[in-house]
Amino acid sequence: MCIAIPGKVLATDGTTAQVDFRGNTVNVNVGLVDPEPGQYVLVHAGCAIEVMEKEKAEELADLFMELEELA
Amino acid sequence: MEIQEVIRYLKEYDGPEIKLMEVCGTHTASIFKSGIRSLISPKIKLISGPGCPVCVTPTAFIDKCIEYATSEHHILLTFGDMMKVPGTNGSLSDMKGKGAKVELMYSPFEAVEKAQANPEITYVVAAVGFETTAPAYALMMQQAVANGVKNIRLVTALKTVIPALTWICENQQDIDGFICPGHVSTIIGSVPYEALAQKYEKPFVVAGFEAEHILAVIYDIVRQLEAGEHQVKNLYSNAVRNEGNTKALEVLNTYFEAGPAMWRGLGVIENSGLYLKDTFYDGGSRGLDKDMELPAGCSCGDVIVGKINPDQCPMFKTKCSPMNPFGPCMVSAEGACGIWYRNK
Repeated sequence: MCIAIPGKVLATDGTTAQVDFRGNTVNVNVGLVDPEPGQYVLVHAGCAIEVMEKEKAEELADLFMELEELA
Repeated sequence: MEIQEVIRYLKEYDGPEIKLMEVCGTHTASIFKSGIRSLISPKIKLISGPGCPVCVTPTAFIDKCIEYATSEHHILLTFGDMMKVPGTNGSLSDMKGKGAKVELMYSPFEAVEKAQANPEITYVVAAVGFETTAPAYALMMQQAVANGVKNIRLVTALKTVIPALTWICENQQDIDGFICPGHVSTIIGSVPYEALAQKYEKPFVVAGFEAEHILAVIYDIVRQLEAGEHQVKNLYSNAVRNEGNTKALEVLNTYFEAGPAMWRGLGVIENSGLYLKDTFYDGGSRGLDKDMELPAGCSCGDVIVGKINPDQCPMFKTKCSPMNPFGPCMVSAEGACGIWYRNK
């Protein structure tokens, strides 16, 4: 599915960012967006596809966790 | 407007029957999770569209992947959802059990790392997906080229939704409006739907994934239809810019070009596939059109285009289940039949 999961950017060198997904830190390619540490990004297939507002990102993260359980 | 008013309006709707297609499998799952069908009038029908890239990938693609996985000095990398899709002589999962070299990946960038670490192996990436996923493969190519990595190939079954929506507008004229996919639109934006809305005079509205977002989109489309309008709207503006992600579109354009692609249930659609421009890295992706004969009684072709709902197929829950799938829509966790089975 085209699910994209939001996570919080901890650090970035402009190419790869360390992104926190509920306590798991994952390296994410940020070639398509330009996030600052502290911002949220929408991540699909190891790639950040958009920067998101914190509040919206957290709502989405909850929803996709529930949808994953359905799948 | 409060969500309760939206729900009341949709519940009490008593006009002509309306058929809306949700193009994205994640919308299908969300509609089930939140019980949206029970919240709206039975006169508003929600039809699941071809929103699962796995389900529309033809058998010839799986066969090509297996060919690589069983060749010396080659390893096939794939996302997990392709593992159980049947090829002519079994699925990737079956073949892995027989010794084929198939490894799961979580992101295409792993291919570059693996290829650099093991130069004697050629890593073949099974690249399946819509526009949401395709830019990740373009960035992977960028990394491979920049690092001079030569032992990578892509077998692509990457598809684009606008040509498929055009096909549906031409062939399924009873669909009144489209709930446009959220994360595909993050990449392509809402602008590409404009030409469709104008030509076919149907509303196209980009939706988020929460129940209230989807209800708001259904409400918007119903009101547009009542007013005789056919506008494109973006109601997922916190993740979708009208112009899309321009960097993603640029990198896609750098590495890929459009070509004909086979969609199960729809046939070959011109310009609906994305193929590597650099033929060195392409693992023979063009012309993989041969598809399985669907088993007698299997209605996947009709399900994919929204002619029938999964529970109208005579095989559904009788001969076809996720444990013993008959057709591709049941095989994939993303498929309409699989979603209906688990939730209905």
